[in-house]
Amino acid sequence: MTELIQNVIDGLGRGSIYALLALGVAVIFGVMHLLNFAHGELITVSGYAAYAAFSSGWSWFLVAPLIIVVSIVSALLIERVAFSRVRGASDFTLVLTSFGIHFLVSAVFVMYVGARVKTFSEPGWIADTYSIGPIAVEVFDTVVIAVTIVTLLATVAILQRTMFGLALRAAAEDFDTARLMGVNSDRVIRGAFALSGALAGIAGIFWLMRAGNTAPSAGIDPMLKGVLAALIGGLGSMRGAVLGGLALGVAEVVLRSQLPGEAAALTEGVVFALIALLFIFRPQGLISVAHAERV
Amino acid sequence: MLLETTGLTTRYGSISALRDVSLSVGAGEVVGLIGPNGAGKTTLLGTVAGLLRPAAGTVRFDGADMTGKAPDRMLRAGLALVPEHRRIFVDLTVVENLKIGGITLPPAQRPALLEEMAELFPVLRDKWDTAAGYLSGGEAQQLAIARALMSKPRLLMMDEPSLGLAPVLVDVVFELISTLRDQGCTMLVVEQNANRMLEVADRAYVLRSGALVAAGTGPELLARDGLFDTFVGGTAE
Repeated sequence: MTELIQNVIDGLGRGSIYALLALGVAVIFGVMHLLNFAHGELITVSGYAAYAAFSSGWSWFLVAPLIIVVSIVSALLIERVAFSRVRGASDFTLVLTSFGIHFLVSAVFVMYVGARVKTFSEPGWIADTYSIGPIAVEVFDTVVIAVTIVTLLATVAILQRTMFGLALRAAAEDFDTARLMGVNSDRVIRGAFALSGALAGIAGIFWLMRAGNTAPSAGIDPMLKGVLAALIGGLGSMRGAVLGGLALGVAEVVLRSQLPGEAAALTEGVVFALIALLFIFRPQGLISVAHAERV
Repeated sequence: MLLETTGLTTRYGSISALRDVSLSVGAGEVVGLIGPNGAGKTTLLGTVAGLLRPAAGTVRFDGADMTGKAPDRMLRAGLALVPEHRRIFVDLTVVENLKIGGITLPPAQRPALLEEMAELFPVLRDKWDTAAGYLSGGEAQQLAIARALMSKPRLLMMDEPSLGLAPVLVDVVFELISTLRDQGCTMLVVEQNANRMLEVADRAYVLRSGALVAAGTGPELLARDGLFDTFVGGTAE
């Protein structure tokens, strides 16, 4: 029992990072109907920026905000250079474009920085734990969960209380009508990319702290987790994305520790099998978006 | 003239949905646009509002050439559209829908306008914080109109505001059009309910197969034998 509780806490920590990534995917899908397979590249680029900053002697205190800034700027740049040119194209074109960006970013780093993994030091407190009764809790998980809660509250406040948030929700529901009401489509799409970049940046800080390195292909894993979590939650649903991220994180950690012996190595496979099972019974994901009709 | 189109032609691929349409709406006028299904009424409003790009012709609003301008530009110029099927944002609350309607205005003006809408549409005031998806058809139509009014339009265009409503709610919609007319609101209204429309409109255009076939005041149009035979009886109620 104790072990299970501990697993769940670990899983929520891991799942929080997935949730932030998935939320960014959901925001973009909402306004553009784009399933963004390039989302993980924000972490690749941030990772190299972090590596460069560490090489110049920066500490995590400075690198953390740098990662957020780099992630936002990269998201806006990708929108500007690529996605703005295929706006309104078929969903398939959008997905292919995002794949193209994914491979292009990796290739650029292989060519100009090198294929080798670049390592940097994790923060000193990453392995620290404290105990609540018999349960040992990682300081890292605690920080991740706390920051995620604050980030989600801030995101909700932006979506509910600002005119930008209102425009974003209206555009996600019915883009054409939102334009008809005077919502500026450029502004709302760029805002959505900035928001998804900020969320990926915050997730990226923790992702890179844990990984302690970056590589040209570093974006694949966070991309997969973010897209999967968004799919599990129900594409386009922001609440669903958060739930999907947490569910994915908890499932991974619990399965890895509870599967008997050798089977633990099959965790990823079992997770995918579970996801397949979920889609058989709930093809729309955990939360269905009734009004996701789009142009 | 507040709105003036000349030779407006709009195509979907190779099909002309609108052919050489020239019409005008003067400030303070209520103009009806009637015609059978598929006549191009919605295409005409969509082209004027900037949702569709015309293949030929011009749209002038208040003297300025606005042909092919994006919808948000048209809205800022003072032209609002209540779209076909209302298209209210069902996941947003009533008041959020209204705020979106007023997004182009300086924020300071919004509270007073919201107050105005609450007075003009008492049914909405009671559901201010309800998700718009829970509104009845009549309430939703009123919300769609109120949302368009939130931009303080100089010309309000409505696409089939009475479509799909129970007869008693159709009355509500036409009363509302009369009220707005009495307040000096300029309107261009597409309606399948030709008789009712001709009662409240100063004049009307008749559109068939993408082209204008008649124009005039209500009595003038009603006096013309055969003009409405093809669709009036069949579609009224």
